[in-house]
This record gives sequence, C-alpha cells and structure tokens, in this order.
Amino acid sequence: MSDSDIVQDFLVESSENLDRLDRDLVGLEKNPRDKEALAGVFRTIHTIKGTCGFLGFSKLEKVAHVGENLLTRLRDGQLALNPELTTALLGMVDAVRQMLKEIQASGQDGEEDYPELRETLTRLLTPDTAELARDKDMDQAVGAVSAATETQPPDAERFKVVSEDATLSPIGNPVPVKVSKKKAKTIAVVGEMEESARNGELPAATGPSKAEGMVLPAGGPQVLETKQRDPAPETIRVGVNLLDKLMTLVGELVLARNQLLQLANTVENPGLQAVSQRMNLIATELQEEVMKTRMQPIGNIWGQFPRTVRDVALGCGKQVNIEMEGKETEIDKTIIEAIKDPLTHLVRNSVDHGIELPQDRVKAGKHPAGRLILRAFHEGGQVNIEISDDGGGLNKDRIRDKAMERGLITAEQAGRMSEREVFNLIFLPGFSTAAKVTNVSGRGVGMDVVKTNVEKIGGVVDVHSKAGQGTTIRVKIPLTLAIIPALVVTCGGDRYAIPQVSLLELVRLEPEHARTAIEMVHGAPVYRLRGRLLPLVYLDRELQLADDSAAEWRQHSAVNIVVLQADGRQFGLVVDRINDTEEIVVKPLRKQLKTVKTFAGSSIMGDGKVALILDVLGLAQRASVVTETRDKALVEKVAESAADAGKQTFLLFAGLGDSRMAIPLSALARLEEFPVSQVEMSGTQWVTQYRGQILPLIRLSLIMQERRNKLRGLQELPAADGGPIQVLVLHHEKQRFGLVVERILDIVEDMADVQSPPTRPAVIYSVVIGNRVTELLDIAAILQISGTKTGPSNANGSSTATGSALKSAGGGN
Amino acid sequence: MAQTSQFCTFYLDKLLFGVELKGVQEVIRSLDMTKVPLAPSVVSGLINLRGQIVTAVDLRRRLELKPRAAGLRAMNVVVRSEDGAISLLVDEIGDVVEVDEGTFEPSPETLRGSVRTMILGVHKLENQLLHVLDIEKACQMSDVGAVAGD
Repeated sequence: MSDSDIVQDFLVESSENLDRLDRDLVGLEKNPRDKEALAGVFRTIHTIKGTCGFLGFSKLEKVAHVGENLLTRLRDGQLALNPELTTALLGMVDAVRQMLKEIQASGQDGEEDYPELRETLTRLLTPDTAELARDKDMDQAVGAVSAATETQPPDAERFKVVSEDATLSPIGNPVPVKVSKKKAKTIAVVGEMEESARNGELPAATGPSKAEGMVLPAGGPQVLETKQRDPAPETIRVGVNLLDKLMTLVGELVLARNQLLQLANTVENPGLQAVSQRMNLIATELQEEVMKTRMQPIGNIWGQFPRTVRDVALGCGKQVNIEMEGKETEIDKTIIEAIKDPLTHLVRNSVDHGIELPQDRVKAGKHPAGRLILRAFHEGGQVNIEISDDGGGLNKDRIRDKAMERGLITAEQAGRMSEREVFNLIFLPGFSTAAKVTNVSGRGVGMDVVKTNVEKIGGVVDVHSKAGQGTTIRVKIPLTLAIIPALVVTCGGDRYAIPQVSLLELVRLEPEHARTAIEMVHGAPVYRLRGRLLPLVYLDRELQLADDSAAEWRQHSAVNIVVLQADGRQFGLVVDRINDTEEIVVKPLRKQLKTVKTFAGSSIMGDGKVALILDVLGLAQRASVVTETRDKALVEKVAESAADAGKQTFLLFAGLGDSRMAIPLSALARLEEFPVSQVEMSGTQWVTQYRGQILPLIRLSLIMQERRNKLRGLQELPAADGGPIQVLVLHHEKQRFGLVVERILDIVEDMADVQSPPTRPAVIYSVVIGNRVTELLDIAAILQISGTKTGPSNANGSSTATGSALKSAGGGN
Repeated sequence: MAQTSQFCTFYLDKLLFGVELKGVQEVIRSLDMTKVPLAPSVVSGLINLRGQIVTAVDLRRRLELKPRAAGLRAMNVVVRSEDGAISLLVDEIGDVVEVDEGTFEPSPETLRGSVRTMILGVHKLENQLLHVLDIEKACQMSDVGAVAGD
C-alpha cells in the first residue's frame, strides 16, 4: 500500500468519524452522562491524532491534541460538558474537517494552525475551582467505586466514590452530592466492580442509594440506558466508481434486452421467445438490485442536522429539539446529493423563521423549546420528506403585503388568492419576510432556490401552515434518476425522450379535424382541451429543425399533441410522431452541451442510436410557456374551481354491441396494446407478462355475458391471427389487472350529474357523457365477478402510473 | 539524445495535425450520429461508443476551417479529455509519428486569436508542418458562443 493510499484511507475514515462526532457531541450535550458516546468521541479524536502524527500532519495533530486533552478530562469526569465546551469541541471538529479538506486537495494540512481555537480549548481545560468542584460532584453521583479502585481494571476507575456522608438529592436536582474524594469511605460492593464497565454502572450506582434509602438523582435513568452499539454489519466497502460502472453496465444490459425483445417479436421461434422472456425478467431484477446498491438511507444527510439546528438555534437564542422519523428511508445516491442543500436550507429556515423565541412560545402557551420534526417515507414510488415545526406558522397577511410591496403580485391578485396560493408565494424569487436579515436566512434568496433545485430532479415542494401551530414543508422526489420511464417521440427525423413525470396525456388530431381544431390567439396556436385553451408548442420550431416543407407537410397530416406540465403550467407539445414508452437509462450531457437548457440528458435507444432527453421545464421556458408565476396562480385557480364543480375525467370505450362504457381516469394506470401472441393461459385465466410481472387479463365481454357462455369463453384463447388486443391497465387497491376492451374511444371530462341506476352487475350507474348514455363500470365488482387473483402493483410500476400517461390507442404508429 | 514524443496525426483541409498519442483512446470510422439542436455549431452530435455517449466535435469548425465537402465522411479520433471521452471529427487519419523535441517551434505571432490557443505549435517535419493540437482547449466550448441556426 502506497503512502497516498494510506492518506486516502485516513481521509475516508476520518470524515465518516467526524460526521458521527457532530452527532455524538450534540447528543452528549443533552445527555452528558452517556459515557459510551463520550468514549466514542474520545476514541475518534485519539485515532485521528495518532494517525496524523504518523503521517506527519503536525498542525492537525496539534489541534487534535488539545481537543483530546479536553476530552480526557471529560472522560475522566474532571469536567462536565456544557454548551461552551460543546461549542469549542464542535469548533475543533470543524477545524479538523477543514484541514482534512486541505489534505485532500493539496496533500498538506494547510497554513492555518488555529491558535485561537487551541487557546480556547486549553483555557477550558482548567475551569475555575467552583465549577471544578461541582463537576466532580456530578460525576461522583453517577457511580460509586470502592476504595480498592486502584486494583481494579482501568475501566473501573471511572466510577468514583460516594462517601457515607453523602447526601443524595431528590429527583430533579442536577447537582446531587457534595463530597470530597479523600474523605470518602467505600460503601459500594466490590464484587460488582469486577463486572464489565457497562454492567457495573447499574449496581454500583444503586448501591449507595439503597444504603441511604433514597432514590437516584436525575441523570440516573439516562445512565441506565445500556447503549449497545450494533455489531458491525456484514458489509464491505465498495467504491462509488465501481457502483456507477455497474449501473452503466446494467443500463447497457437493459438496452440489449430491449433490442432482443424487439427481435424476438419478429422471429417465429418459441425457443428464442422463451429465452428472451427469461432474459427480460432477469435483467429487470438485476436492474432493481443494482439500483438498490446505490440507495442510501436519508439518515446519512440528516445526521448533520442536529448540529445545524443547534448552531442556528444558539445563534438566534432559541431552543429547538429535533426529531426524526424514517431515517432509514432509502433514496438514490445522486438524489441524496441533490437534495442535501435544499433540505439544509429548509431546516435552517424552520429554526430561524418558523420557531419563535422561548419567551414568545411561553406567552403562546407552548413549551419554550420548539419541535422540529423531520419525516421521510415512501409513497407511490416517490419519497416524501416533511419538515415540520410547531412555530408560529406562516403569516398570510404579512406574506401578501410583502409580495405586493416587492411588486410580485398586484393588490387585485392578492385579494383573490387562496390561502394556499399565498403560502406558495414564499417560493418566488426575491421574497423574504424575515423582519431582520440574519446570517442564516432572510436574504431573499433561498426558498426559490430550494424550489428550483427540487424541481430540477423532478420533485415538488409544497407548504402547509396553520397560524400559531406551525408550518410543514413537504418535498416529494423520485426514487431514482438513473433509469426513468419516458415517452419517445420523433421530430425532424430524430427521436427525443420525454420524462413521464411531466407527461399528462396524449391527444391525436386526425388530418380532417386538425385544421379546424387548432386555433390562433393572435398568432399563438392553441387547442381547446376539454374546454380550456392549451397553448401549443411545435417541437420542430423550438429546436429550429423546421423548414418550409415541414410546414407544408403538416397541413396534410394528423397532429400529435403531447400534453406536458412544467412548473404547474400545462402546454401541448406538437411532435411528428409518438413512438412508445420505454424505460430509458439517463446519461448526463457533457459540459460542451450543458449550456443547452432544452435537454436534460441523453440515452441510448434499443437500436443503439442516441436520443436526447427533453428538459420539459427548459423547453417551456424557451417557448415562453412559463413566464411569470402570476399566470400559474391563475391557472391553479381555474383548475381548482373546475375540480370543485364536481367534474370528473372518464375514459370512454366501446362496450358490447354499440353501448358505451367508461371508467374514471383515476383508476387507470396505462393503456396498452398487446399482440395476441403474448397472451398466455394460466389455469383458466388469461395473463400476459407486463413490466416483469404477470398481469391477469379480464375480458370485458366475459364479464357482461351470461353465465353459461362465460364458462365456454374462459377456455377460449384469442385467435392467433387477430390483431393486437386493447388493454386498460387498471389499479384497484394495490392490485393491477388488465381489462381487455374492443375499442378505446376518448377521454372526456364531464359532470356526473345525470345518473340512473344500473341495469346489470359490474355497473355503478349509467350517466350521460357527451350526449350518450354511458355505463360507468365498478372495478371492484369486475374483479369479484371474474374471480381474478391479481398481483400487487409494485412501487416502480405505480410511479409510471402517476402521470396517468396514456398511450393513445394505435395513435401515431 | 533529445526527448521524443509520439503523435497521432490526421488531416483537416490538407493540413497535418497531431494530438499526443497517449491522449488518444481510439480511432474509428464514422458512426451514426444524433444531432443536437440548439447546441454550439462545433458540436456535430452524439455518438454511441459501445454504450458510452460521446460528444462529437467538428474540428474543421472548431479550427475555423472551411466546412467539409458534402459526401466526405469524417473519421472519429476519440480522445480522453478532463470531461471524459470526446470524438474529434477529422478528414483523414495519418500515421503515428515520432518526433524529436528539437523540431518543435511555437506558433508564429501572426496566427489568429482563438485558433492560437488551440494550436500549441508545430513540429517541423521533413516535408510539412505538424500542427500540435491542445486537446483540452479544443474540447472546451465555453468560448464558443455561436448557436446553430441562430
């Protein structure tokens, strides 16, 4: 092993240890009797000091040395931890971290040798006598030790003597005993001291209290907590590079699999089909497992928050307790890195702005110490992170006034805004209501940056607040960025991928319809989508691919509109052709192309060619769809009022005969077409392989038929020469299944107000949609009638469903 | 004996250029390329190099030479830059030459501005001059403001 390898190992190990130090020190401040943690802190600093002495980093060694001296006193009980000491020790940790950075960058431990810090640490070594005496007493109350201490193993020395004239104080008094060590006579049980140090604490400490017939002083219960560190889990250290490489290779494998599947579909060879399907399953599983290796618990970045909170709270004279739930929630490494700064900002903000000063809290009838709760959990293929405080909440009026004062909204707009809209104003650039600018926050940069950063990785931020009760900020982010579902479209002869998170729906206008359906608002093309104007953006124009012939050609062809959402705004992207949805492996663009904001990355398609991934937000900005936030607020308002009016969106399809049927769009995951050759029989059930799972297929015609026909129908495989079958992939109570229908008609939004009772099973009611009587199907009843056992829908699958992206039936192909 | 170094050489508009051999990953024939709309004009597109997506830089444009004649297929010289592999599109591949340090001379002052930063100098070969290209500079796009189509 070369020198640089040793240094590298030292750096890696030390930086991990330092992160733990931050946590341990803050924890110790709350619970100074935690000997185990204190010993851990001591060991870490001791190791760093030893190693850097060996490696010749003398400045680092000096700083670590004074820190160690102080820790020695603490460990031996000659000093008790107080905020001043903690601050000094944290300062030392920062200095050590800084020097480690220097070593990483330059191989040297830097010029700075921190004389002031060392002086502070040295000064704190010798507190004034009164303090010393008190500290000693405190320590003595913790444990009792026999006079025979010297003969005991060194570990036992920590337990000091409690003399027989000790007067133990009742619970609640932190300074229990006044004793001098010299006078002390033993009352502790010597035999118990021979047990291990940890076990020894309990009997030794209770010894004197029994003798005195008194209860242990405060602090006792905390000592009793036996803090057992988990034994080292069976893990090995693997370089991130190696994981990235594995990920790339798996990405390649996924691509090769896609190619193979395409090929297998064109070749009539049962052997090849079987192998390719097996390969498909294995590749999917491998992909999932490799993704897991990149997953990290969010606790890794939360670990530093207690320290952040402490520093900020101390800085602005507040008391804050931080609580964490769901530390073990796992997220992809790249996302962890991307949300670290936004989360830190939110946490600082909550402490600085959210939680009130102790005196104000008491006035409001709250506990002087504020609570900051971090919560993380998985939901619907996404990760939710909540940052809640129990502070004063957002002040609606102040936000509104501030926004008007800054010219962000007009008075008229302000009057119309709902509470939620007002709260969301805090995410506008240039907004800050902090009465005074602190060094933490209030400079008017921040929340908008948080929002932009979260949106950059496909996430959303939302804020909820109740006056006097606190504020909750919820961040929703995707699990991973490495492999995403995307819609592939063609424009100007090249393919482009559109991340499915931004995708709302697809609309296809037939040539004869297209000319009249697209209208102009002073030259800006729009389309009436369910009564609302949808601005249209022509991809070829935005990408400057269009020439005159394209415009000519467009006159006579169908128009494919991809309805997208960016920054809360909807727009229709017109493309030449809609190909298919695919799971694509995202590869970042090189720096030469970083300036092109329209693209988020690139990916390799099944045929080995490269396709660019559109950055929907960047594209929207380029096309000036997203201009000012005030528009957005209005759009939201419209959307909300529409929702309030009880409008629902339905998917219409042809039922038996000429009848029309519908299901609520919310139950629909996707629309798919399967070639008949992919349909298999499992028992009496039709199934197909779909995204690595077995998807049970239910034929609508069977549900609606009479019983005797049904039995026969069950055995019947679809005719091999038939065309592809149309399948609605539906969700029902975490199950997914495919409903085979004859023909998909349309998506409509309508009020479900004209209703009549059902005429047959599996129908909730009949309703008039678009002037036709339509039967609304009851999905639960369908499942029951068909007796289908459906597979659970997995988290990955449901993430693709959230966009309720629809592959228009047969459209574009 | 003076120090020698090896260059991978290629032609651009009949001029002989060279990049240090150790910076060259491979040389390949033209591959399918995906054009990048709105990108700086010197970026010809993206190619799939065995699963790795590589940006192709048109050296003719980069060095402000006249565009390649239609029908002339470019060759890819894939070089390793700080930012990963980059493919340089050239007209024709030459030999690997070993040159003596003594034959090197910096570019004359009369060489124009932006190109000057990319050409470190020339090696005086027997019958022609070998232009030594700075790979990092050639791959840097920050100083290129031009956008295709604008």
